[in-house]
Amino acid sequence: MDSELEELYQQVILDHSKRPRNFGELGEGAVHVHGDNPSCGDEIHLHVLFGPEGLVEDVKFTGQGCAISQASASMMTTKLKGKPREEAVAMARAFHDLVTMEVSDPPRMLGDLRLLNGVRKFPQRVKCATLAWRAFEQAVQQSPGGEVAVSTEDLA
Amino acid sequence: MNNADGAKAGGAESPTNTVDSANSANSASSANSLNTVDWAAVRAEFPILDQEVQGRRLVYLDSAASSQKPRAVIDALVRYYEHDNANVHRGLHELSTRATTAYEGAREKVARYLGAASAEEVVFTRGTTEGVNLVANTWGPANLRAGDVVLLTEMEHHSNLVPWMLLAERLGLRLRHVPVTDEGLLDLAKLPELLTPEVKLFAFTHISNSLGTVNPVAQLCAAARAVGAVTLVDAAQSVGHLPVNVQELGCDFLVFSGHKMCAPTGIGALYGRRALLEAMPPWHGGGEMINSVTFEKVTFKAPPHRFEAGTPNIAGAVGLGAAVDYLEKLGRAAIFAHDQQLVGYAMERLAGVPGLRIIGPPRGGAQRAGLVSFVMEAAHPHDLTTFADRYGLALRGGHHCNQPLMRKWRLPGTTRASFYFYNTTGEVDRMVEVLHEAHRFFR
Repeated sequence: MDSELEELYQQVILDHSKRPRNFGELGEGAVHVHGDNPSCGDEIHLHVLFGPEGLVEDVKFTGQGCAISQASASMMTTKLKGKPREEAVAMARAFHDLVTMEVSDPPRMLGDLRLLNGVRKFPQRVKCATLAWRAFEQAVQQSPGGEVAVSTEDLA
Repeated sequence: MNNADGAKAGGAESPTNTVDSANSANSASSANSLNTVDWAAVRAEFPILDQEVQGRRLVYLDSAASSQKPRAVIDALVRYYEHDNANVHRGLHELSTRATTAYEGAREKVARYLGAASAEEVVFTRGTTEGVNLVANTWGPANLRAGDVVLLTEMEHHSNLVPWMLLAERLGLRLRHVPVTDEGLLDLAKLPELLTPEVKLFAFTHISNSLGTVNPVAQLCAAARAVGAVTLVDAAQSVGHLPVNVQELGCDFLVFSGHKMCAPTGIGALYGRRALLEAMPPWHGGGEMINSVTFEKVTFKAPPHRFEAGTPNIAGAVGLGAAVDYLEKLGRAAIFAHDQQLVGYAMERLAGVPGLRIIGPPRGGAQRAGLVSFVMEAAHPHDLTTFADRYGLALRGGHHCNQPLMRKWRLPGTTRASFYFYNTTGEVDRMVEVLHEAHRFFR
């Protein structure tokens, strides 16, 4: 078995892709973003409920795509719940670095997300991993209401 | 099927044997008897295939995206650049004469290869996409008006959808699509109600790049002619794989790319019936396509040069000419028989991979070209394709520029293996092994 493949598809990642956490929708009061990765056809619908203090109160998603895109979305939701908005945004930036460059010591705040570090060796798959995060970055700038669209091809 | 049995008996290392069985099963054998083609020797003429990727032997099964190039084509490019390179058509020196002769000589070869009535019916393009766009932007506005219908099919590549969508927007055209059955064939029973006199153009693919379906081109062209519609055939997947004769098919336009038939990228051709090309206005303006220019007035050359503004891809055309020579030497009937033999064998072996479903026409017969798309229940096409890549297997994963059809079938895409005459049953075996491994990994 190829070691880089094993690193890319670690058990935790496969588990999240098969049994995504926080899979579902949030109703009124939440921000809705449709994230799309046109190069692959991966898509997610992200729902984020921000609390009055700027806390990320709840995050849910639905979507379809490869194991990497779905696992990354699932792992992101578990990580972001309850985080202050600023910390969540910082995490999004740290995650982007994690999957695009050689990071010798990934920030601890990323926790399990560090497992997705293997993606950096598969340049064609980076957008799969960042799709959910791109949607979250859009959600931060959004007010509750109709769903807005964002694509991995849009400039961050 | 005897084909596949023969292949097994022939063993992984004996592609020549496997072709013999295809020969007996295929009536379309040409003057180049299949028995005389030594496919292993042919494969050895493709330097790129002799390498390891990811530390494993390369198995290239993505020829429907782009084929590999034989030494003969690579040498032709080198020879052209080392000896004959210059601009064409207006030089008064020796090299320009040679370059012009080579460029126009390539046009003659392509014309013969397609069975065109004359070389003037062959316009060099960058490829299939540019060919479709050329017709859409010249023949289109000159012949279509608001309310006219352009008939397409649900299995078209984006390159034969989007140009017509842009034109429809511009001119107020209506678009219709011949549906695809669950088996991946055109639903010809629906044709009479779709192909009505309002249809001015019927544009369709010869071979579906995602399903492998071979469409009955001559029948479709005849049906279009009966209602007075002009036809455009997307031959990107067919022209390097099976005999194509535009006069026998009865098409008005036919477009293809060189790079899927052993030629370089960036060169292709548009075949157009002479009367149609002559009545078409130019598309791009510039040098090479004019007779005379004053500040007030310009007159244009006759086809094909009217449609070739600027310095053309001369080396590309030379490479395409060399590819035509190469394929004619092998014989396209022999190539198609080899394709069919491999795809038949692949489909039989794939049926044994758990959780794997083949998309497109059921096996056998002339309805299936040398490619097979499939989905594995446990693995998304991208994961499966990435997995295969780590084993040296070049497959294609995704929507194959057929998004509307994938959407209709609620598929996230497929994984596709596409074959050419340099592939072997041993490579099919290797693919199947890796797919078994993938099933164990992802399930």
